[in-house]
Amino acid sequence: MIWYTGKRLLQMIPVFFGATLLIYFMVFSLPGDPIAALYGDRPPAPGVIEQIRAQYNLDKPFIVQYLIYIGNFFQGDLGTTYSGRPVGDVMAQAFPITARLALLALAIEAFFGILVGLVAGLRKGKLFDTSALVVSLLLISVPTFVIGFVLQYVFAVKLGWARTTVSSEAPFSELLLPALVLASVSFAYIVRLTRASVSDNLNADFVRTATAKGLSRRRVVGVHVLRNSLVPVVTFLGVDLGSLMVGAIVTEGIFNINGVGGTIYKAIKLGEGPTVVSFIAVMVVIFVLANLLVDLLYAALDPRIRYAK
Amino acid sequence: MSQTVIEPVSEPVNDGSGLAKEPLLQIRDLEVGFQTQRGLVPAVRGVSLTLYAGQTLAIVGESGSGKTTTAQAIIKLLAGTGTITAGQILFEGRDLAGLSEKQMQDVRGRLIGYVPQDPMSNLNPVWNIGFQVEEAIRANNVAQGKAARQRTIQVLQEAGLSDAQDRLKQFPHQFSGGMRQRVLIGIGLSARPKLLIADEPTSALDVTVQRQILDHLGTLTRDYGTSVLFITHDLGLAAERAEQLVVMYKGKVVESGPSQEILANPQHPYTQRLVAAAPSLASRRIQSAKNDDASGADIYSGGSLDTTLVARAAEREPAAEARDLIKVQNISKMYRIRTKGLKYNELLAVNDVSFAIKKGTTTALVGESGSGKSTVAKLILQLESITSGQIEFDGQDVAGLKGTALLKFRRRVQPVFQDPYGSLDPQYNVGNTIAEPLLAHKIGSSAERQARVRELLDQVSLPWATRYRYPSELSGGQRQRIAVARALALKPDVLVLDEAVSALDVLVQGQILNLLTELQTELDLTYLFITHDLAVVRLVADNVCVMQKGKIVESASTDEVFDSPREAYTRELLAAIPGANFEFGR
Amino acid sequence: MPNKNPNAQTHYVAALEETPVETVDRLDESQKARSTWADAWDAMRVRPTFWVSSALILLIVIVALFPSLFAQVSPRDCDLGDSHSGAEDGHPLGFTRQGCDIYARIIFGTQASVTVGLLATILVTFTGIIVGALAGYYGGVLDAIVSRIGDIFFAVPTVLGAIVLMSVLPERTPVTIALVLSLFAWPQIARIMRGAVLSARNSDYVTASVALGVSKFRILLRHVVPNSIAPVIVIATVSLGTFIVAEATLSFLGIGLPPAIMSWGNDIDAAKSSLRTNPQVLLYPAAALSVTVLAFLMLGDVVRDALDPEARARR
Repeated sequence: MIWYTGKRLLQMIPVFFGATLLIYFMVFSLPGDPIAALYGDRPPAPGVIEQIRAQYNLDKPFIVQYLIYIGNFFQGDLGTTYSGRPVGDVMAQAFPITARLALLALAIEAFFGILVGLVAGLRKGKLFDTSALVVSLLLISVPTFVIGFVLQYVFAVKLGWARTTVSSEAPFSELLLPALVLASVSFAYIVRLTRASVSDNLNADFVRTATAKGLSRRRVVGVHVLRNSLVPVVTFLGVDLGSLMVGAIVTEGIFNINGVGGTIYKAIKLGEGPTVVSFIAVMVVIFVLANLLVDLLYAALDPRIRYAK
Repeated sequence: MSQTVIEPVSEPVNDGSGLAKEPLLQIRDLEVGFQTQRGLVPAVRGVSLTLYAGQTLAIVGESGSGKTTTAQAIIKLLAGTGTITAGQILFEGRDLAGLSEKQMQDVRGRLIGYVPQDPMSNLNPVWNIGFQVEEAIRANNVAQGKAARQRTIQVLQEAGLSDAQDRLKQFPHQFSGGMRQRVLIGIGLSARPKLLIADEPTSALDVTVQRQILDHLGTLTRDYGTSVLFITHDLGLAAERAEQLVVMYKGKVVESGPSQEILANPQHPYTQRLVAAAPSLASRRIQSAKNDDASGADIYSGGSLDTTLVARAAEREPAAEARDLIKVQNISKMYRIRTKGLKYNELLAVNDVSFAIKKGTTTALVGESGSGKSTVAKLILQLESITSGQIEFDGQDVAGLKGTALLKFRRRVQPVFQDPYGSLDPQYNVGNTIAEPLLAHKIGSSAERQARVRELLDQVSLPWATRYRYPSELSGGQRQRIAVARALALKPDVLVLDEAVSALDVLVQGQILNLLTELQTELDLTYLFITHDLAVVRLVADNVCVMQKGKIVESASTDEVFDSPREAYTRELLAAIPGANFEFGR
Repeated sequence: MPNKNPNAQTHYVAALEETPVETVDRLDESQKARSTWADAWDAMRVRPTFWVSSALILLIVIVALFPSLFAQVSPRDCDLGDSHSGAEDGHPLGFTRQGCDIYARIIFGTQASVTVGLLATILVTFTGIIVGALAGYYGGVLDAIVSRIGDIFFAVPTVLGAIVLMSVLPERTPVTIALVLSLFAWPQIARIMRGAVLSARNSDYVTASVALGVSKFRILLRHVVPNSIAPVIVIATVSLGTFIVAEATLSFLGIGLPPAIMSWGNDIDAAKSSLRTNPQVLLYPAAALSVTVLAFLMLGDVVRDALDPEARARR
C-alpha cells in the first residue's frame, strides 16, 4: 500500500507540471497579443497592459515566465486581480463556500444516486427501474444551467421556498438548492452506473454461493452485492469532480454565490484572464489530487489492487 | 414418460433392520425452463432421481445436458430467468419446489450445502476468507460470537488448511485454486448439512490436487454421514466417487443405477458412447484391447475411441528408425517478475529441457499447471525467445530466426491452441480464417486459395457452407476443427497442439482425437501434444515427457511410462487419473 | 438383480424413442451465417428506441443542413415591437426580447450545435482510436510518452480547459469550439481504445496469427482494431451529446460562439434575463437542445446493448 501510494504520488508530479504548463502556455504564449485577447472587446485602462506584461514577465522567454509563475504559485502568490486584490486572498474567501457547496452536492448525488441505482438494479425491468432510467437520461440531456434556471424559477420565484441568490456567508441551508442543481447530472450518472453494477453483481457466482450458504436476501444484497458495486461508483466520483467544478462555475453564477465558481464566472464576464488562469490551475491541482485520493480509496475497497501493486 | 420402462423412482427399500428407509432426496419429473425472447426453453425435461442418506450419487453429462440446472433447482438458485415449471423436489418428504424464499433460506446451508464449480469466481474478492466462512457459520446458527471465530478456524482446518488461523485475514486472490476450493468445501460443510451438492468441484484443478480434494471430501462426508450429490462431466470420476450414477443427455435421464453396473453394462446407446469415449476408461482397456478393424472414417459415428484409438494404441510399435525432426537441447526460459517496488524475482519457467521428436510420431508433453509445458510450446513456436539452449528443426538451429527464414519456419510448424473460443477471431468468418495463412504467405491466386479452403474443410469433415460462418455460431468442437484446418493450410510438417482437446466434451474430444490420428497417417504429420491429461496421452502419443516445475522428470515411450513408471511423480499422476482405481465389472 | 447395498436403486434405462441419440457435433446447416456486426444490427433493429432516436437524429441533421426548408420566417428579421409577444399565426413559439421569431431561431441555431457536436466527435474518435491503438499495440516508449501526454490533458477537465482556451482565442466559430473541445477530450477515447487493444493483443487469435506468420501491422489492422472499437463507438455516440451541451455551456458563459452566430446556447444565455416574465423564451431552445442530446444518448444506450456480448448471450 505504501509502495502504491508512493508510486501514484510520483506519477502525479509530471501530470501537475504538464497540466499547469499547458494552461499557462494557452494563455500567455499563443500567437496574437495575449493581453489584448484577454480583454476581448473591452479595452483595458491605460498602463494596465504594461503592468500585466511586467507582472507576468512576458518580456522574458516562455519557460522562464512559466518557472517564475510556478515558483510564485508554490509560495502562495497567485497574482492579483483586475482590481488589485491578491488572487490568493480572493481564493481563501471563496474556497470554503465552494467546498461546502461541493460537499453538499457530493453527499446528495452519492446518497440518492446509490440508493436509486441499487433499487433500480434489484428490480431490473420493473416500473421503478424504467422510470429511474428515463429520469436519469433526461437529467443528463438537459444542461446544468437550464436545470439551474428552472429550479431557481420554480422554487425561489414561484414558490418562494428558497432565495434566488445566496448571501455572502452562504450557510448550508441556502446552499441546498444550488447543491441540488450541481448534483443533478452526476446523480443521473451514478444511478446508471450503480444500476448496471448491481445487476452485474447479482449474476455473479459469488452471490449465488453466498445465497447457497443460507444468508438472508438482505445480507446478500448489503454485504455482497452493494459492497462490490460501490467500487466503480467510487472511481466515478473522482472523475466526476471535474464536472462538479464546471458545474460550480455555472451554478454559482446563476445563484450569485461568491465561491470559486462564482469568481471565475465573474472574471470571465469581466474578461479578467489572469484570475481565470490562476483559479483554474488550482482547480486542476485539486482534480489531480482528488483522483489520487480516489485511486487510493479504490485500492482500499478492492483488495486485489491493494496487493497486486 | 413411457409406461414400458422401469419406473426410475424407487420404492422405499428395506434396509437390513427391516425398517423401510425414506429417501433423503427424491426428485420427481422435474422440469426447468429458461425464459428467453423466443419463449420458454426447456433445460431439464422430466428428471427423476432418488438419493438415500449416506449415499453418493453422481449426475454425469456433457455441457448442456441439464446436470447443473438440476442441481441448482434443488436449492432454487437457478441462474437468470430459470424457473421450475413442473415436478417435485422432495427433501426428507418436504417439497422444496413449493417453499417460499424465506423457508429456502433455512434449508440452504443448514440442510443442504453447496460447493460450486469454479473456485476462482465463487468467493467474493473484496472480503477476506475468515469473514466469508464465519458468515456462513453465523447465518446457520452453528455458533455465534467468539465461538463462531473458533468454529471458522476449525472448519478451515478440517477442509485441509493447516495454517487456517494465520490465513483468516487473507483475501481470495491470495489463495491458489485448490486452496479456494478447500475453503468452499469448508463453507459447504460448515453447518453439517444432510446433503452436499458438489457441482464439478474440481474440474478447474490439476489432477493431483483434484484427487487430494476429492479424497478429503469423501472422508469428511463419510465421517459426517453426509449424502453427496455430485455433478460431473467425467464418467471415470463419477464411477470412482459415487455408488449411484445418473446419466443425463439433453435435459433427460437416459440411464441410472449402480455405477459398477452401468459402466460394465451400459444399456442406452448414449451411455455406451460415453463409456466408449471416456479416455480415462479407454486407457484402462488398452491392455485388453483386441485388434479391431480400425476403419470407419465417419467421425460422426459417435467419437468412440474403442475401435480406432484404443486398437491403434494397443498396436503401437516402437517408432521405426525415422530421423529426429525436432531436437530440443538443454533449453531454459527465465522470466523476470516484478515484485514490490523495483525488485525482481526470477522465475525459471523452463529448466534445462531436452527431448527429440521423430518424424511422423507424436510426443506428448504432460504436466500440471505451472509445469512449464505451454512455455516449451511457445519456445518451439518461436513466440518467445529462449534464455539458453538450442532448438533444432530439420537439422537447422531455429533460435532467433528473423524475416523470411522465420516465415519459412512458420510455414512448417503450426499451432493449435487450447481455447477454441479464443483462438479464432470472432470478427472473421471461417473461410477468411482458414485462408489467412495462405494470404500471409502469399500463396496461390484467389481461386486457388478458395479451392484449398474447400479441401481443408473437407479434411476436417465440415461442409463447404461453413466458410461463411462466424466462430460464435459454431460449437467448441467445430471451432477446434477450424483451428486444425487453419493450421494445416500451409501443409506443415509439425503441429504443436497445446491442450487442443482439453476444453471439449468427451464425445467431441474423442472425435477430434480420431480426426488428428487420421490426419497424421494421411499427411505424415509430426505432433507435439501438450496436455495435462495422461489418459488422453495413452491414446495418442508414441512418446511421453513428464514435466514438473520446469523440468522433464521422466521421458520414455508411452507404454513404458504407463506400464513401469520410474519416477514417483509420474506414478502420482497415473494414480490421479479419474477412474484409475475403478474396478470394472467385466 | 442381486444387490448387497439395501439402498441401491435399480438400473433404469430410458426408452430410446424418448431420448434419441443425435450425431456428435454436426453443423446445423439450416441456420444463416451471421457476423457479430450483423448480430448487433439485429439486436438494434427490434428496439423501438433505436428507430425513434435514429429518426430524430436524421431530422436534426436535415434541419441543420437545410434550415430554410423548415422556417419561412427569417430569424434575423426582428422587430422590437414584437418583444415577448406570444404565439401567433406563422410564429408558433412567439418572440424573443429582441422581437425575433423563436421558432426560426431554433431552426437556424441547429447548425452550430450539430456542427460542434459532430466535428468534435469525429476528431476525438479518430485521434483516440489511432493514438490508443498504436500505444496499446506497440507498447514500450511510444506507449509511455502517449500515456503521459494523455494524463496531462486528462488532468484538465474538458470544459475547464475549454474555458481557458476559448477566453484567449481571437476567433470563435463552431470549428474552433470543436477543435478546443476535442483537444481536451481525446484522452478518454484513447484510454478506452488502449485498454481494449491491450486485451485483444493478448488474445489467443492474435497469438495464433503471429504463429501463422501474419505480419504485425496486418494483425493490428485486421484483427486487433476491429475487435477493439466496439466500446469506442458507444462512447463516441454518447459524447456527441455531451459536446453539444459543452458548446451551450461555453456560450452561456459568454465565451462560446459570438452573439452574431445563432446557436441554442446563445439563445438560452440571452433568454435568462427575461426568465421570470417569459420562461418560454428560455424553455424552447433548451428543449431543442435537450431533445438532440437525448436522441444521441438513447442511440448510445441501444448501441451499447447491441455490442455488449453479455447482453447478446442473454437473448
